[in-house]
Amino acid sequence: MAETKTAAYICKGCEIGTRLDTAALVKTATKSGKMNLVREHDFLCSADGVAMIQNDIDNEGVTHAALCACSRRAKTEAFNFPTIAMSRGNLREGVIWIRPDTEEARETTQEMAEDYVRMACAEVKAMTVPPGNQKTGSVKTLLVVGGGMSGMTSALEASKAGYKVVLVEKTGALGGWAGKLYRRVPTREPFKAPEDNGVADMVARIEADSNIKVYLNATVAKTDGAPGRFKVEIAVESGNVAQEDIGAIIQATGFSLYDANKLPEFGYGKTPNVVDQAGLEALAKAAAAEGKPICRPSDGQPVKSVVFVQCAGQRDASGTHLQYCSGFCCNTSIKQAMYFKDSNPDIDTAVLFTDLRTPGNGEDFYRAAQNKGVIFSKGVVSQVLPNGNGCTVKFKDLILNEDTQAEVDLVVLATGVVPNSGVNIDAAAAPAAAEAPAEGEAPKEVVASVPVESILNLTYRQGPDMPQFKHGFNDSHFICFPYETRRTGIYAAGPVRRPMDILQAQEDATGAAMKAIQAMENAGLGRAAHPRAGDLSFPTVRLEGCTQCKRCTVECPFGAIDEDEKRFPLFNESRCRRCGTCMGACPVRVISFENYSVNTVGSQIKAVDVPDEFSEKPRILILACENDAYPALDMAGMNRNEYDPFVRVIPVRCLGSVNTIWITDALNGGYDGVMLMGCKHGDEYQCHFVKGSELGRYRLSKVGDTLKGMNLETERVHDVEVAITDIATLPQKINDYAALIKSFPPSPFKGF
Amino acid sequence: MSDLNQEMADRYKNNFLKEIEEQAEMGEWVKMCMQCGLCSGSCPTNFHSGWDHPPQEIFMLIRAGKREEVLNSQGMYMCTSCYNCYVRCPRKVPVTHVMHGIAEYAYRIGRAPKAQPTMHLSKTFWTNATKTGRVNEVQLTQSLYFKEGIGAGIKKAMEMQSEALGLVKAGRLNPMEALGMGHKCKDIKGIHAMLAKAEELEARNKAAKGKE
Repeated sequence: MAETKTAAYICKGCEIGTRLDTAALVKTATKSGKMNLVREHDFLCSADGVAMIQNDIDNEGVTHAALCACSRRAKTEAFNFPTIAMSRGNLREGVIWIRPDTEEARETTQEMAEDYVRMACAEVKAMTVPPGNQKTGSVKTLLVVGGGMSGMTSALEASKAGYKVVLVEKTGALGGWAGKLYRRVPTREPFKAPEDNGVADMVARIEADSNIKVYLNATVAKTDGAPGRFKVEIAVESGNVAQEDIGAIIQATGFSLYDANKLPEFGYGKTPNVVDQAGLEALAKAAAAEGKPICRPSDGQPVKSVVFVQCAGQRDASGTHLQYCSGFCCNTSIKQAMYFKDSNPDIDTAVLFTDLRTPGNGEDFYRAAQNKGVIFSKGVVSQVLPNGNGCTVKFKDLILNEDTQAEVDLVVLATGVVPNSGVNIDAAAAPAAAEAPAEGEAPKEVVASVPVESILNLTYRQGPDMPQFKHGFNDSHFICFPYETRRTGIYAAGPVRRPMDILQAQEDATGAAMKAIQAMENAGLGRAAHPRAGDLSFPTVRLEGCTQCKRCTVECPFGAIDEDEKRFPLFNESRCRRCGTCMGACPVRVISFENYSVNTVGSQIKAVDVPDEFSEKPRILILACENDAYPALDMAGMNRNEYDPFVRVIPVRCLGSVNTIWITDALNGGYDGVMLMGCKHGDEYQCHFVKGSELGRYRLSKVGDTLKGMNLETERVHDVEVAITDIATLPQKINDYAALIKSFPPSPFKGF
Repeated sequence: MSDLNQEMADRYKNNFLKEIEEQAEMGEWVKMCMQCGLCSGSCPTNFHSGWDHPPQEIFMLIRAGKREEVLNSQGMYMCTSCYNCYVRCPRKVPVTHVMHGIAEYAYRIGRAPKAQPTMHLSKTFWTNATKTGRVNEVQLTQSLYFKEGIGAGIKKAMEMQSEALGLVKAGRLNPMEALGMGHKCKDIKGIHAMLAKAEELEARNKAAKGKE
């Protein structure tokens, strides 16, 4: 593509032709858009329309095309021209569908359409066709860290799909917690009795699998590189280090039980007859090995009565212990009570609970236990006191509302889970991130200040492990994109990302294996991973303009940017998710993508025709997140929810990619207001790039000073939190904001 | 009767749950309650002051082995058999039947309170209805009105006078029922034979249960 030839296509289908003066739009594209070739078509997405465009590409040498028809989210299969740069003017969802079909609305609707045509023309001229990431690797071996239920499942699933797997386990045996269980909660019909833990079978399958290479008594000493080309050093028992080339990583490091020693009120440590759930599994295993019933640890006599204390040190509102639920230990206590009832129905077994939570098919299991005679009492235990060879359990019966107590042989505490998520890199990095242009701290110091051992030992600038989220679990989105983490090509599976039971962990591990395979394949093709899977663009930086401020390296939510020896940003394109946060952060605007840059958006802002201050036609710029806000606006159009004709919407990859220059340019150019639409941030975030909207908002919160400096009302820049479901409320918000802007005098910058 | 109470108490010692499971009709359902409280919340009589323990608490008391508290409770007699709890129980526990079973067991071992109104009604109703196979409304009403003495009975009857006359005029009440006349079942003998057989079966079931 030596020469640039631009073309614009105006579609007349879907009533665009009857609602708008398309001949005028053609004139706009030719005169203001300065396109080399402009064509109208009655039905652009038809085979005939597509063939017309393809013909122009093949025979007329068109390299840049602005398709002015429907939203960029519509008809993507018809308008698939990978060899050219292409932009879309949204005349359907963005114009005719959100405007009334009346005589008085005709003029403003037409103006809106003309602006969108100008914007599409301006945008495409600032774009180039992305060639794909060249600095890629094509290793297709999966590393699984952790040999428990989740890790083993990931390894087996990836192997079944035809991929090589390296499985690293810290202890001397595969199996993790599941391997320590005497029996496990049933996984199939009729869910009435504990079943074999299933570990031996899985271990045998792994040992027989030639695709899976297992390292026991080993840890990950160093992880370097990027998806498709990780170099991993594995420290093995002998003290040697094994090298592995890895394509993607699954961290399935599971959990540890909450330390029962932190619960002295429940007698743990004071008498051997108080155990945690792991302790009871050990007792049950030992008893089964000797063919005896489960015995009291204090004197070896068979247990005649046992109490299970649920929520011991978890779901604690006081802040002393864990605040969350482990998600499995109600079912575990039911199972352990059955160990006793199944061996001897005369053993008194009572479960003291506040809310019995039995996910999955646990309800059937719970009912089976009730049928077997396990007593379930709603009560809160206040104290467990050693009493000879037994224990006194003091509790409040919540149904009868009275303090009472029970004398039992054995007490089992259902303590919660603590994720094995490695070093909390955010705790160390937080002060540095708040003051963005701080000096580059060496990651080693960060590690040293945290006593927890790192799991992945990443050589990333951002720290040796994955970022953590609520309660120290590895960050992952519970609902929309589980397993995805903020380290591209590295996935979290199982209880390390949220509390869960074995079945859930296996499902999780399977999903993570599939995501990891996708990541390896995409990396091999030089394409982005989720959520812009398949995107061939990647960030490029004009280093000669860089001031080494380090905002990009600090802000990148995915740890894609390191620093080279001269302290310039060093992009690891394979780790990049193409959110553009670095581009939005860069104060000197040297970072760009081929198909998305400061210029592609900036030229659209400038392309809009801003009427003078006497026309009573304000202009409001909307920068809308393309993941949630833009689809919500499209759907508002599909529902014919009308909104103000003076707004001009430009989709952005993420609020994080919004560079403040766009806002100052817009205001200087005479726009009366700027509306920013991004996703919810914080603990309940909905941002596809996790931190993008938060970083963007933080950056834009500083715009107020600029506005004051320009003598403008601070309300002229307005941030709205938008969810994809705000189809009905979003037009209302736009109209309210437009009404506010109309109440202000016109921008004093018009006409400059 | 109280001997039977003592006998049962001795036989089951501290295991009241087992006692109810083996002795009370539908008692085996007590362990299946999951303490959600839907039964108590659904009960139309729950606001009544005599309702010391709603079903959920009765179930919990049985499991906690509180024999005296359950047997002294008014709870199980307060049931009006509306079947709200029965229909709504997420565990499909037949709460209504369990309450009746417990009440019946308490009566059997001599622990039911004297002059308990719902128990009086059900006994009177049963005797009345089984005599002819049809309810003799006048005699049933009389026995309820005069339960607390002749003065109270006359007072109540006077209060309800206009309603009664209305029913008579509409042909819905036969005053001759007071003399034992009025509607009867066609095959009284057949009804009595059927009831006798049912009693025999029930006695056999109970005897079998007690032996377990």
